[in-house]
Amino acid sequence: MSQGKLKIIHYLNQFFGQIGGEEKANIAPLIKEGPVGPGGALNNGLAGLAEISKTMICGDSYFSENLAASRAEIKQMLTEEKPDLVLAGPAFNAGRYGIACGNVAEIATELGITVISGIYPENPGYDLFKQYAYFVETGDSAASMRQAIPNMIKLVKSYFEQGGKLGSPEEAGYLPRGVRKNLFVEKRGSLRAVEMLIKKLKGEQFETEYPMPVFDRVEPRPPVKDITKATVALVTSGGIVPKGNPDRIESSSASKYGKYSIAGLDDLSTAEYQTAHGGYDPVYANEDPDRVLPVDTLRELEKEGKIGKMHDHYYSTVGNGTAVAAARAYAREIADELVNDGVQAVILTST
Amino acid sequence: MVKEIERAGLPVVHVATVVPISQTVGANRIVPAVAIPYPLGDPKLVREEEKLLRRELVEKTLKALETNISEQTVFA
Repeated sequence: MSQGKLKIIHYLNQFFGQIGGEEKANIAPLIKEGPVGPGGALNNGLAGLAEISKTMICGDSYFSENLAASRAEIKQMLTEEKPDLVLAGPAFNAGRYGIACGNVAEIATELGITVISGIYPENPGYDLFKQYAYFVETGDSAASMRQAIPNMIKLVKSYFEQGGKLGSPEEAGYLPRGVRKNLFVEKRGSLRAVEMLIKKLKGEQFETEYPMPVFDRVEPRPPVKDITKATVALVTSGGIVPKGNPDRIESSSASKYGKYSIAGLDDLSTAEYQTAHGGYDPVYANEDPDRVLPVDTLRELEKEGKIGKMHDHYYSTVGNGTAVAAARAYAREIADELVNDGVQAVILTST
Repeated sequence: MVKEIERAGLPVVHVATVVPISQTVGANRIVPAVAIPYPLGDPKLVREEEKLLRRELVEKTLKALETNISEQTVFA
């Protein structure tokens, strides 16, 4: 850089890259000169210290559906540009975007480039890629952009000012990366452990040095013994609803789910069904809702005796930035009903 | 959602395009789908071919539901 400023490459999806909404989610990676979208505010905040020289933009669907190709292209771009730092997002609670940012971070890390990003902790991109980036914690939607940008700027500044080093997650203001670092301390381990134990016994606050991972896994259920006798239910997070969306399920951050009868129905027609989902291009699902909820095929298999019965109702919600706690609550209610109705197996489709 | 339904005692097969997300959310039986906006279809195919593709996928889900597994399994 001519002014000796540090060079930053910024990664954005098609939406924040100002290319377009879900209808443009299929664009391949491309490069724009200078900052774009949220890059403007980041660049201004870093003025005098660093500069966003180029912005990489890729469609969210393109990225997840062409992972190897996208990764190769991004690797090539980063190899050619040799930035001092990569910024990605912030991705908030957008799942595909978070995973794309995480992939960018993984590639950059392989090339020895540090990545600073922003993400909502429930975004699967965080859990999958936390060791590759310093993620600032953001809210679940772009409404929290105003807090996210200054936090990212702050982290970038401390990173450069401290010569490429950042303190602990708590000190520096990023989400834990699950990375362990060796350091010297005065007291030996046994003493620290006993002190912690005493605090715990007294009911006092203490800070663990090794947080136990939280594994919330459910054991796989035994298989269906004879699927040709079983009642199979369809559930979707792809937002398939009767035309007009009678329950008004929200296109994102859904606060409810719907239960709809498909008794005797052979096919989800475009005249009577649609998607309420706001997180993917709805054209294809509206053209033929069976592409998301395969009622036609399952009915066919039922008639041929390949399954016992297709359950008379299907359940639908919109999985788009929906809070995990909300999804859990819907699923519990749905599961209770399905069990009570004698359903033996579930096909759950996601977009 | 997959996990909560399975917790209630029902085997669930998750049809999803982004398999890593499905694994992260804790689905045990996973069938990879075609694409995000059309997991069980393909607008590029003619109608009959598309129906055939969907049928293959749904038959795969039934096979998954009949398969005994001890850990997360992708039925590709």
